[in-house]
Formats: sequence, structure tokens, C-alpha cells
Amino acid sequence: MLIRSINRVYKMSHLYKLCGTIALFLMLLLANAQVKAQDAAAGGAAAPAAPAGGGGDVEKGKTLFTNNCAQCHAVTSEKVVGPGLKGIKERAPGGDWLHKWIKNSSALIASGDQYANQVFNANGKVQMSSFPSLSDADIDGILAYIDQAGKPAVTADVAGAADTKNAGGTGGSGPTSGGPSELFTLVLVALLVVMLLVLGVLLVIVTILSKAVSPVSIGEGTQIPSTFSQRLKTGLSNTFNNPTLRSIVIWLFLLVAAKETIDGAYGIGIQQGYAPKQPIAYSHKLHAGQYKIDCNYCHTGAQKGKSATIPAANICMNCHGVIKKESPEIQKIYTAIEENRPIEWIRVHNLPDLAYFNHAQHVNVGNVACQTCHGEVEKMEVMEARSSLTMGWCIDCHRRTEVNTKDNAYYDKLVALHRKESKEPLKVANIGGLECSKCHY
Amino acid sequence: MENTSKRYWKGVEELRNDATFVKNANSEFANPDLSESSDDLEGLLGGSNTQRRDFLKVMGFGMAAVSLAACETPVHKAIPYINKPEFTFPSISDYYASTFSEGGDYAAILVETREGRPIKIEGNPTSSVSKGGTTPRVQASLLSLYDIDKLKGPQRGGSSIEWAVADREISSQLNSVAGRGGAIRIITSTILSPATKAVIADFVAKYPTTRHITYDANSVFGIVQANQASFGKAVIPSYDFSKAQTIVSVGADFLGSWIAPIEYMGPYAQGRKIGAIGGGKKTMSRHYQFETGLSMTGANADYRTAIKPSQEGLVVAALYNKVAAKLGGTAIGTPSVTVANLDKAATDLANARGKALVVSGSNDPNVQIVVNALNNLLGSYGTTIDINTPVNYRQGNDQQMNAFINEAKAGQIGAALFFASNPVYDHPRGAELAEALPRIALSVSFADRADETASLSKYITPAPHFLESWNDAEPKQGYYSLMQPAITLIFKTRQFQSSLLTWAGKPSDYQTYLKNYWRTTHFPQATGFSSFDAFWVKCLNDGVFEPNAAPAVAGGATFAGNVAQAAAGIAQRYKPTTGMELALYEKNAIGTGAMANNPWLQELPDPVSKACWDNYAAISQKTAGDMKLAQNDLVTVSVNGKSIELPVLIQPGQADNTVSVAIGYGREKAGKSANGVGKNAYPFATITGGYATYSAFDAKVEKASGTHEIAQTQTHDTVMGRKAVLQESILAQYQKSPKAGRYEPKVQTSKGATDPTDITLWNGYGKPNHSWGMVIDLNSCIGCGTCVVACNAENNIQVVGRKEVIRRREMHWMRIDRYYSSDGEAENYSALEVASANPEVTFQPMLCQHCSNAPCETVCPVLATTHSTEGLNQMTYNRCIGTRYCANNCPYKVRRFNWFKYFDNDNFDYHFNNDLGKMVINPDVTVRSRGVIEKCSFCVQRIQESKLTAKKERRRLGADEVQTACAQSCPTTAIVFGDMNNPESTISKVLAVELEGRAFHVLEEINVRPQISYLTKIRNKDEEPKNKETERQEAHA
Repeated sequence: MLIRSINRVYKMSHLYKLCGTIALFLMLLLANAQVKAQDAAAGGAAAPAAPAGGGGDVEKGKTLFTNNCAQCHAVTSEKVVGPGLKGIKERAPGGDWLHKWIKNSSALIASGDQYANQVFNANGKVQMSSFPSLSDADIDGILAYIDQAGKPAVTADVAGAADTKNAGGTGGSGPTSGGPSELFTLVLVALLVVMLLVLGVLLVIVTILSKAVSPVSIGEGTQIPSTFSQRLKTGLSNTFNNPTLRSIVIWLFLLVAAKETIDGAYGIGIQQGYAPKQPIAYSHKLHAGQYKIDCNYCHTGAQKGKSATIPAANICMNCHGVIKKESPEIQKIYTAIEENRPIEWIRVHNLPDLAYFNHAQHVNVGNVACQTCHGEVEKMEVMEARSSLTMGWCIDCHRRTEVNTKDNAYYDKLVALHRKESKEPLKVANIGGLECSKCHY
Repeated sequence: MENTSKRYWKGVEELRNDATFVKNANSEFANPDLSESSDDLEGLLGGSNTQRRDFLKVMGFGMAAVSLAACETPVHKAIPYINKPEFTFPSISDYYASTFSEGGDYAAILVETREGRPIKIEGNPTSSVSKGGTTPRVQASLLSLYDIDKLKGPQRGGSSIEWAVADREISSQLNSVAGRGGAIRIITSTILSPATKAVIADFVAKYPTTRHITYDANSVFGIVQANQASFGKAVIPSYDFSKAQTIVSVGADFLGSWIAPIEYMGPYAQGRKIGAIGGGKKTMSRHYQFETGLSMTGANADYRTAIKPSQEGLVVAALYNKVAAKLGGTAIGTPSVTVANLDKAATDLANARGKALVVSGSNDPNVQIVVNALNNLLGSYGTTIDINTPVNYRQGNDQQMNAFINEAKAGQIGAALFFASNPVYDHPRGAELAEALPRIALSVSFADRADETASLSKYITPAPHFLESWNDAEPKQGYYSLMQPAITLIFKTRQFQSSLLTWAGKPSDYQTYLKNYWRTTHFPQATGFSSFDAFWVKCLNDGVFEPNAAPAVAGGATFAGNVAQAAAGIAQRYKPTTGMELALYEKNAIGTGAMANNPWLQELPDPVSKACWDNYAAISQKTAGDMKLAQNDLVTVSVNGKSIELPVLIQPGQADNTVSVAIGYGREKAGKSANGVGKNAYPFATITGGYATYSAFDAKVEKASGTHEIAQTQTHDTVMGRKAVLQESILAQYQKSPKAGRYEPKVQTSKGATDPTDITLWNGYGKPNHSWGMVIDLNSCIGCGTCVVACNAENNIQVVGRKEVIRRREMHWMRIDRYYSSDGEAENYSALEVASANPEVTFQPMLCQHCSNAPCETVCPVLATTHSTEGLNQMTYNRCIGTRYCANNCPYKVRRFNWFKYFDNDNFDYHFNNDLGKMVINPDVTVRSRGVIEKCSFCVQRIQESKLTAKKERRRLGADEVQTACAQSCPTTAIVFGDMNNPESTISKVLAVELEGRAFHVLEEINVRPQISYLTKIRNKDEEPKNKETERQEAHA
């Protein structure tokens, strides 16, 4: 009998262990799932903007507008540096006048054109840059874009539009979380609840069974505990003294501790959320958000080279030579220039030296929006690292992102080869975007 | 036991029951008495009494410390420009055309700068003088810019002073010297710059007692004087090696050190290229070399004869007599000399009349007069030699310099100014000058460091590096070149020219001076410029101005030398000797020693001996055997009562009973990298009859005690008959079949013999878009090592120093294997290991072969080395855990392991150990740390950059748009790099022809399918059955 009961207890302990393991496994899974969900969210945001519909010259005009005009003009009627351009076609004396003005406004003013001088005077006599390199077709494209963008149906915020569109595909807004992962979490939680219930039921069964057994085994003189408190006490002490349970607790603790340590170790060097105080309280929210100054206006290297570059003080002076000169923060720029001592900004996005990242490849060639990696900079009062910048994060995006092969002869051969093999869109991963020496050399 | 009453004690302490015993009675493991150790931690870590728990404690602490340290992320600053220049972008390179000029050596260069600091030097292809070529010294000169041992500002007597103070004191002393009629001397090495000479003239005008004395550390004054005697022109002519069908060089290392290798290497290789890479031609020049030590030039010769220095003059005279006998000249009376290949050379020369060229490295004008007569006889003037377009590379006048030292010793010099010269170190009479120098009232050195001469001078007014300077150069008459700064002054230095102008009381701005000089001198020569500014900008952009660059008809000349008199001089001087003879030579890396404090150059192995970080006494196998000397044994070499102790290097091809010693070593005050490396051999040179002589006929070599290990990067001398590694043939065979010399291995299978590439275990990798590959022409590779230094600069390759090289731990990604031929029979492997007494030499650049079936990739346990879709074998440092399985499995031995952290490490106190030196780092390439493998990446950073440029411009990549550092720097274009998938690329065109011709893969039978093909080495030798016995006897004769 004794042996049988021991046997039973032994079997019970197996059951305990199993339950414990399952519970632990679920917990770990849950923890992992949260991490993955984050990655997925980042990845979701990393997908590129789908090409917007419309005529070809509108598309080109948009690019040209963003690169050349957006620093000073909005497509709405709002004034940034220069006047808002909504309805410019109707306003201006004629299409030809606009072409002349855009190509060389000062020449037009000098020629004594009445409307030109009127505009010049009305805008504080700030001279508009000349764009002699723009062809007539280019200008028509820009004007077509302004026409289209000025219509209320289309959001002016290009990047925002891209984000919403993209997030719409996955069911939710980008930064919060992705749809499928949320579902996954829910399922896991439900499973966990079910498992806990099963565990409880099993415990009840065990108690009943042990009760059924106990009269025999304690029949030899031991007093059956009478009061509830005594029984509870004995039960608790039995529970604490139960080696199976103790080992489960210890193992659980060890595993969780190990998991935390490993997770912690993976977190070393990751500066997601890093938002140091900068020497000048510069607000992206104000400049990029409210005034809609294009990122490229200040970060001039992003289209050209590896480094997007932090603007030199002379770029600040393009506007702050006249605007808000008295602000103490802007006075810091003046001091720096006077003392010929560069401003020591604190680097927010620190990629380790072993990884090579080139802005031009992504921004210029890949046409990836700045916000994809940097988050909604236009809403940040203080610049913050929104992405983890881990290799998993990079690779994830390279797996999802389609290559921007449009009008780029470099990719023609790759596209042709890919079409032969697959009907799937050409992803970065398909053209060697996961190879080590693309980033490590 | 229970009943016993006996008591046992373990010692008298227990018996006495004293306090310490009681205290420790219950502890089984006694703690060590820590009070004995002064440093607990040290005791724990290093001592033998380390205990497990202590170990765990320390380890635990260590881990905690490491993780804590890692958690604390350092704050990185991002510092933008205050006022960004319009066309400069951080992370995008700017290139400036400039000029390398060092002691008369010249190269038109392009300087790559990043954020205002030069990071790489490339050849400027616009120049028709250097034609885009570079040399190891040109490539390495970049690192000299960031030399931490340089002076930070002017000094007086070893202590820093202000420039204003220096100017005031020096000016007043110059005035007082000039006022009392004292002699002022400006001592320089060759100055290529006409504007600088104009500055010196201005200085002379102010101080009329001034004379400008030029000397060269490795003088060719004899040639200048011989041309004066022969043609009435005291010049060095231009030589065109590409036009010569037969080249005979008697002791001239024209590819390595003689006059201007940069101008000779390209055309020489042009004459020796055959097949697709040589424009389809099937003929090549034939090159004879008669020399003492085995030089790089001799290693490239088709026929090479080892001669003693005392035979040099006689060989030239005998050659003259033999050619004269065939072409109808008058014989000259000199003693006959019997050396191998002399008749053959004479016959070939006579047959190639009008397409022949004879050069001699001798500084004896008599020898050079006979050489001139011989070239005249051969019709070389006007064809291969252009004396009407002289070159300016060596302007030194041995006699004037000798006279200066005599004057200095006699106390007749009032002031001496040393610019770009270090005579105390590199003049044969340096020691005498060192004694006299402190007695000169005013001595000023413009050296960038307190070198041997400068440290004895009263003032040092340091001049900046050429990359910080404005200047011009006229390497060749009518060919001009501009030097512009690529970085602002690093230290408080001032250009030599500005200093002279200041002291001469003129405006000190040399940039303006230079511009005005060009306005008056060169602008009138130019056509098609609206203004001087347009001309100036164009010249600055191009780097060169060549008003006479139109294909000039090489001028002929009338020989008017007295050959008989020269012959008499030769007969008198060159007499057979029985004892040891000494020959001094210049290495192509270290040169004359002016750039010795350059770790890249120190670590670049000698092309032939493969030794670095030392000079040594090179002796032949036979002499070593006779004297019972072994490699690395120390010997005392003495000449004229001066002696130095050097280790022995047994050099195949060295003439018996001779010893060769390199100059340029044994610097004492050059800086950390050069001081104490090797021994100074300049004192062995002598001034004989007013000419520096770099040989001695009465040297003594005696065994000294001890050894000194020479660091060699290659210690296996022969390929031991492995045809799979090196494939070569002779021209006649090649003309019959382009596949001559090819070894095509077969593998036996059940279906008979097949190509190794037909059977494979691997599936291979697709290379859909690009397939990067390389073709290396063994005929064009002259072994100079420029590619090695270029690779060092491009890829941040660490310098490891002599000791680590001895441990075979050099880090060079690109090495040039040098193989000697062997006389051993094919069956006898130990005999095959021994190089012939006068071997044939082949250079084989060896780098990662980027195998398509890479053995390294399959053994890496962590996938740190993988294959790309562009044919690259990728190495990911941050993934590598340092098992070194890959290096072990690499059949080409091109993987290097970082045994140490070579940066910020005082044990490797080279440029990576200080912030200034680190400015040379290429920001696109990771600096590898300890414990990882590294290897050639095919300059993947350049591939990526070029691809990105193409993508940004929305176009396909151009045919030869991507160039690796090695291919770009190669002065003989022996390396062709490109996309094998692009039919327009040079590599595709070459391989289209040569895959069925000269192209082979090294170790083809193992079927690793490298992306690198080699083209067989073809020697222009006569097809005759080799009788090794006779050849050996000839060589020994």
C-alpha cells in the first residue's frame, strides 16, 4: 500500500513537473512574443511607401518639389518662408511667367515685371533661389503636383500619408503594435489561462486523491488535524516540504533569471529611446512638424553620402539670419560662429563601428522615408532614437522591403533575372541584401 | 579503538594546544596567509596558490566589471562644420591633384581626402611622366604626414622657440655672416621645383656669399659628368625602355632604385607584355643584367650574370669591344673579363641596333663614357635615349659637396642651411661633417624632425610634409607639376621657401610667390586660356602642365667622348681581386633612409630577400659555405677601417666572394620606427676622385659571435617543382602555342581522366549580377610591392613589427611570393628546396583567391566567412570567434589572424598607437581587434561605393569603374580587376582570349575555382637544352 501510494505520488510529481514546464514554456514564449512584436512593429514601419497613383510628371514633380521647394514653400496656402503655393497657377499672370520666375526670379524682378516686384515686396524682399537647371517639363510637373496636393483629399504630409497607408495594411498604426502579433499575444494569454485552470483542477484532484489515501497511511495513531487552520498549516508545510514543488520553484527561478540575463546582455549597446539633452534645445517638432521644412534641407548629406550630416551653423543662418535672432537658444549659434567653435551635438543614433550604413543608399536610391528608421521626428521635441538599430532590425527590413528599381538602370539586370525565377516582388534580400559584406567590411 | 587511552597528536602545537592551533583546528582547508603577499589580487591571479573559490570570485568580479563597463554607453559627439564648404560633404572623398617629391623622386599624385585629412595617395594618370604609377614610397609617404616623431615647431638648441624669435635671430646672424663676407651654404638634396630655385636665387641676391650645394644620397653624378664629356651636356637623359628590344643593365637597378624607377617601370613592363594583356603582341624585350647582388631588376632579367664590383667596368668595356667588333667600332684596350652571357648580350645588342639600350649603375664617369659610346654605337640616341629632354631627378654634385665638407672642417663656413638633406647620416663623410658642424657659427636645419644633422644644428625650423605644402616640380624638362596642400598645417611648421623669403626680407607667402612665378614663366607657354586664373585653376585641377607633351622626336646626339682615355681609367681601376668585395645598394622601400621612420616601409619585405625591418650582409651560398656561415650569424663587415656588425643572409644569385649591404638603415634619430633598425652602411661609401663610390674592392667579412634573426616573410625559396602553383615557359614556346607552360591537371575517375572542375561536391553559387575577378600577369609583375603598401593604406592593415614577422604573424593581405628556380632533380625533394646559385626568379602576387568553392567557408563553425552573390568570399570580423579553422584550411595561406590588439598597444608602438597616426585610417574599413581572422576583401568598400554611385546616377556600373587598391596602384598594370560578367570590361576581354592561353588558376586540381587567374610567366630565353653543369660553371666563372 505504501509503495502504491508512493508510486502514485511519484506519478503525481511527474504531472506537476509537466504542468510546471508547460507553464514556464508559455511564460517564456510570452516574453519572447513581446520582443518579437516590437520587432515586427519596427519592421512594419520599415516597409516602404507604396508608389502613389497619378500622372508621371506629378510623381516627378513631387520629388522635385520635396528636394527643391519644400524648404520654403508649402503646398497649402500657409506661408513658410515664401508664400503658400495653393492656387499658384490661377494667381500668377500666366504659365510662362511662373517658368521665368522659378528659373531666375531676380532677373524677372530686375526686368521690371510688375507682378514680380509686387510679390517680391509683399514677401519682405527675401530673394528666392534660382533654379536654372529645372526644365520646363520639370516646372510643369511641380505645378501639377502643387495643384494635386492642394486639393483637400490628399494629405499634405507626404511621409505621414505613406505611414498611414503602410500601417493600414497591417491593421493599426505603426509604432503601437502590429495586428497579427497582438492576436498572437491574445491567443497565448488565453492558452495560459486554460493551462492554469487545468493546473488548478489537477491540484484539486491530487488533494482529493491524497485524502482518499491518507486514512490508511495515518491510521496508525497519528491524529487527524482537526481545525481548518491546523489543516491549512499542515497542508502548507507539506507543500513547502514537497521536494518536487521546491525543485520546480528553484528551476523556474533559475530559468527566468537566465532568460533575464541573456535578454539584458542582448540589450547592451542598444539605445532605443535614447534622448539626450542637446547643447541647443532644437525642436524637430517645430521645424519639421510645424514649419514642414524638408529633412534634406538641413541634413544635406542624406541624399549624397554615408552620413546624413548634422547641419553646419551656416545652414541655420539661412533662416535665423533674420528669424528669431533674439532667442537665447539661437544666440548660442551666434556665439559659436563668433568664437569659431563648432557646436558639439550629442549623437543620438550610434551604429557600432563594425557596421557600415550609408544614407544615400537608403534615402536616395531606396527612396526610404526618414521616418522609417528615425520615427516621427516631426513630432519630437527632443530627438530620440526610436529604432533599436540592431542587426535583427536591419535584416528584418531587408527581408520585407521591395527594391526601388523604378527608373534605375542599375537594377534592370537584377529585375529581369528575378522575373524569370519568381513572381514575387523583388526584395532587398533577393539581391544579396542579407550578405555579410554588404554592411561589414 | 573505543577502549584505548592513547593519545595521538599531529604535532607539538596540538600537544601544547596553543591558540593558533585551536583556532584552525576545525577548518579543513587553511586560508593562505595573505599578509605574505603584498598584492592580494596578484597572488590570486598569478600565483600557484590560486584556489578554486578565489578563482571564481575573481572571475565573477571580472565578469561583473566587464558587464558594468559595457552597460555604460559612452556619449558620442557629432560635431558639424561651423561653415561648411559648399562642395565638401562629410563621408564623401575629395581628390586633389598634387605632387610627390622627395629627394628628387617624383610622382604626380591624386590625394584622397576625407573630412580634410588625406587618407590615400593614388597615381595621377594625367601625367605623362609618371603615368598614374606609384611606388611603395609614394604610397607610404601618406603615413609620414602623420608621424608623431615630427617636431611641433621651431627649436633652438633643442628647446622650443617662437617663429618670430627664430626669424629675428637667424636673420640677424645671416646679416652678420654676410656682412663679414662669411660663406653661407644651402645644402639640399635634389630640388625639382623651379620656383624653389627662384626663391633660393632671391636669397642669394640678398646674401651674395651664399652658394647652393646639391648632393644625392645615392649619387649618379658620374652619369652627368660623362654626358658632359660625351655630349657637352651635363644632364641625365630620358630613357625609354618600351622602345628597347634588347636591354642590358650593368648594375643599374632601374626598376627599384636607379634614377627614376617610376618612369621606367611602366614602359619596361609594356615591352614585356604579351598576348591579350599586351595588345595581342607576341614579342617581348630581352633583358640582360650583370650585377653583384640579386636586385629586383636582376630578378626580372631573362639572363642574369653575377659579377663582382671589380668587374663592373671591365664588363662594360668588354661589351663595348664585342659590339664594336660586330658593328665596326674601334676596340678599346682594357683587360679581358670572362663572365657568362657576355657574348650573347653583345650579339643581341648588335642585332637590335636602333632598338637597344645599355644602362649602368656605376657612378664612375669613365664607365659611363664607355656606356655612352656603346649606346652611340648601337644608335640608341634618338631612339631609346633622348638626351634633348633631360630629367632632373638627380642633380647632386659630389665634388661641390665634398668641397663643402672640406670647407666646414677647415672652419671656412659662416652659415649652413640644410634643407631636405641629412648629410651627417647619408653622406660618406657624414662623421667628419658631424664633427665640424658644431663649429659653424650658424647652422639651420629645415628637417621635420631632430634628425642626425638637425640635432647638431643650432636651429631647427621645421618644414611641413609635402601634403601640407605649396610647390611645383619639373621632373623632366618641359614637364611641370603642381603641389597643393591637402590638409592645413598639422604643427607649427613653415615651408622652407617661406623661411628663406622671410630671411631675405621678402613677402613670405610662398603660395602667392608660386602663383606669380607660374604667371610669368608658364602662363605665356599656355594657349587657350582667357586669363591666368583660368590657367591656374586648370593646372591645379590637372596637377600637371605639359606644354611640350606633344610626341617629341627624341633628339639624337653626336658623341664626342674620349673612349680611349676612359678605357685607360677603367683598366687602371678595375683589377681582379681575390678577397671579399662590398657592394652597397638601395632597397626600393627604404630607399636612402630619408623616409625610414615609416612603419609601412619598414614592414614591406625586400622584393627578393623577403626580409624586412633590417639590413644584412647578403652573401652567396658558396661563400657562406667557405666561411662556414649560416643564415642569421653575425659577421663584422669592414672597409677602410670602418666596420659594422650585421647578420648574414644567404642570397642565391649573389656573386661569390662579395657582400651586399643596403643603405638607408641604421638611423639613430629618425623616430620610433626607424631608430636602431639595421646598421648604417653609408660610411662604407667613399669619395673616389670626386665621385661617390658605392662599392669597395677590399672588404673584410669576419664571423662575429652571436646571431641576429632576420625577419623574413617567406622562408621557402622554391616551388619544389609544383607546376600547379607557378607556370612558366619561354617566348619561343609561347609563340608556337599560347598554352606553353600550362599545366592542366587531370583527375582519375571511373570514366577516365577528367578535368578537376568536372567533378565536384558543391553546388556552387550563382553570380547573377557581378562577378568580381582579377587577372595577374606574371610577366608584368616586377615584384616592387607597391600594391602591398597601397593595400595597407586602403584596408587599415596593422603593422606588427620585426618580432611578430619572425613569428610569421605579419598582417599583409597582399603578399608577393618570390620563387627561385632550383637545380634539384625532380625526384629529390630536399635538393629541390635549395635555390640555384644564380636562379631564375618569379614574382607571384598572392592574395585571397575568392574561391567559388571556398575551403575556408565550409569549416567555419560560426559562419563568419561566407560567399556573396558577386563572387566574393566575405569575412565578417564581428562574427569571427578566432578558431582559425579557415586559415588552416586555406590552400593559399592568405588569411591572417590578429594575435593581439595592435592598436592602442604600447607593445606595437607604431602609428595605430597615437591619435595623429590614426588619422591615416580609412573610415570605410573596420579596424580589426584581437582574436579575429582577416583577409583580402577585394576592396569591397570600393565595390560598394562605385555601385552606389551608379545607383545614385540611375545607370549601370561602368566597365572598369571599380578598381581595387592594388590594381590601381600597380605601376606596370600587372593586376587587372573587374566584373567578369560585363563583356566590356578589360578583364573579360583578356580572359576571353587567355582562358585558352596563358590563364591558369593556382592549385587548379583542388577545384576551389578561384576568381583570380594568373597569366603564365614567359621568359625571353633561347630555346636550348639546358645543361645545368655548364650554366653553373659559367655562373661561378
